[in-house]
Amino acid sequence: MNQTLFDKLWDAHRVKSLDGDEDLIAIDRVFLHERTGSVALMSLLEAGRTPRHPEHVFCTMDHIVSTDAGRGADSSRTPDGGVFITATREAAKQAGINLIDVLDAEQGIVHVISPELGIVQPGLALVCPDSHTCSQGALGALAWGIGSTDAEHAIVTGCLRVKKPPQMRIQIDGKLSAGVTAKDLALHIIKTFGAAGARRCAVEYCGEAVNALSVEERLTLCNMAVEFAAFTAIIASDDKTADYLKGKRFSPSEAHWGAATDYWKNLQSDADANYDFVHHIDATAVRPTVTWGTSPAQAAAMTDAVPILDDDNEKALNYMGLSGGERISALKIDGAFIGSCTNARLSDLRAAATVLKGQKVADGVTAICVPGSMSVRRAAEAEGIDRIFKDAGFVWGAAGCAFCFYAGGDTFARGSRVISSTNRNFEGRQGPDVRTHLASPAVVAASAVMGTICAPEDVS
Amino acid sequence: MNAPFLKYTGIAAPLMVDNIDTDQIIPSREMKSVSKTGLSGGLFAGQRYVSGRTVNPDFVLNKAEFKDATILLSGKNFGCGSSREHAVWALKEYGFRAIIAESFGEIFYNNCVRNGILPIQLSNDQITKLGRDVTIDLSSQTVGNFHFDIPEGDKAMLIGGLDPIAMTLSHKADIDQHFARDSQQRPWLY
Repeated sequence: MNQTLFDKLWDAHRVKSLDGDEDLIAIDRVFLHERTGSVALMSLLEAGRTPRHPEHVFCTMDHIVSTDAGRGADSSRTPDGGVFITATREAAKQAGINLIDVLDAEQGIVHVISPELGIVQPGLALVCPDSHTCSQGALGALAWGIGSTDAEHAIVTGCLRVKKPPQMRIQIDGKLSAGVTAKDLALHIIKTFGAAGARRCAVEYCGEAVNALSVEERLTLCNMAVEFAAFTAIIASDDKTADYLKGKRFSPSEAHWGAATDYWKNLQSDADANYDFVHHIDATAVRPTVTWGTSPAQAAAMTDAVPILDDDNEKALNYMGLSGGERISALKIDGAFIGSCTNARLSDLRAAATVLKGQKVADGVTAICVPGSMSVRRAAEAEGIDRIFKDAGFVWGAAGCAFCFYAGGDTFARGSRVISSTNRNFEGRQGPDVRTHLASPAVVAASAVMGTICAPEDVS
Repeated sequence: MNAPFLKYTGIAAPLMVDNIDTDQIIPSREMKSVSKTGLSGGLFAGQRYVSGRTVNPDFVLNKAEFKDATILLSGKNFGCGSSREHAVWALKEYGFRAIIAESFGEIFYNNCVRNGILPIQLSNDQITKLGRDVTIDLSSQTVGNFHFDIPEGDKAMLIGGLDPIAMTLSHKADIDQHFARDSQQRPWLY
């Protein structure tokens, strides 16, 4: 046997090989959201088609919903965006799929609630018309982002036509240092290999440092795989994965638990498995990392300087209002954001709260926290974390995606410099001319307090 | 049903920048309706307009020689970022039939094929040697003097203008068999 975990999952889902180079791959779960899933659902209904397994299709409202604590059922951050919410709600009901609506207690960002509710499980195939679906490979699942047309395809047929991607193993040896997070590791990897470094590959993360990560940290690591052009990322499930899923709403029932976990234990790469590419990362070399440019690959250790402006980075540095040579840890910020499918889980909020406790956000800094789901929000409130954020001067929002990208409406001011726990620092991503620096939640919290980009230990 | 892609000649506009993401192809604020149409006005809105809908004369598609372009040339990792298929729908509605780049975002690439737009991967050296008028022959996999690779399934879908859902539904018996077997092996998923 010399199969990778990905080979095993692929084989288990291959209905048949088609003419040419594609396989027909069975899809166990489809997740939709109101921004891209709405079009898939409406197109399906217009064509007179029905879902093959409506009970295996889930839809949440996350992308453009208002993140205001007192939002209404149709409130959108996008001007006139309510139509996406109402149309999706109507189409979801008509199609008979599972709908997690705006005001439902379990509402949240799709990649946060899918593991939280046990919808994603080791060994199943899950797709969603959202690029960060690769997050969910963190639980040992075959999960990848698709377009709306493919979402419609998967809902109607239960399958997708896919060419098997090449495979890359990234083995992370050694231990991460204290204060170095999964986010730093993700940025370090993309910086090392480039934004197109894993183009079309299924990336398996393994090694001592990956084994040591919690399930929530693994979700953060896999979340960023699309930022270096991977097809998806995957991490073999282990006891932590099973413990995480135990008792969740859509997890295997008590009656099936033993059989399910026995099945999961076999989902491992063989020792002599073949990969198209193998890379090693030294975990001990990873430092707290922050982006300085307009691609997640344009990142550096916080202790480093911004690269001097040259032909290769001229456009990025001009956009970011930097000339190079500045110390990253000295850059003054105007905004701080903690949220998104990358870093808005309970462990992220706890890490930020540890830094924020008893502190105040610096004058002139707009600080916002949007928990990844309403369940995370309630859990944080039960621990008093909301109080720490609010006392420090953070806005405490309701779950949604809209502060990670510019959905319209009020946002950070033009030209403002924002430190953000999100995944994309593209030009205009968080608003026209807004300059986004990606970092871990603890670094965002520390920077909010000091008013300059800094490490948690710099908060005095 | 997409228009079949056979032999095609068109004007190629160079947008030779790396990492053109789907947020740039269609900014989120331009995705105004729950539909695949009405999006071309928002194509490249951030670069195409100076403010509001005032045209930016420096943007390649606004220059007289490229205003009728139906082929786009670009650099590495074109279409990276968000999976929003609106990026492809906007390009299609604007009139683009092919994108020639050094490499593509994976989801964007698939979205192109599903919507009848041909994504072609060439080297930077080859792309810069293509002139303004470019001829693409998908059956022989040539663009100008260069050969390009394309997965066979994608090629068949583009040449035939095929509906992938209808194609897949023709395998219903195999699909039924898979799920019947799997529901025995992994009953916890059903």
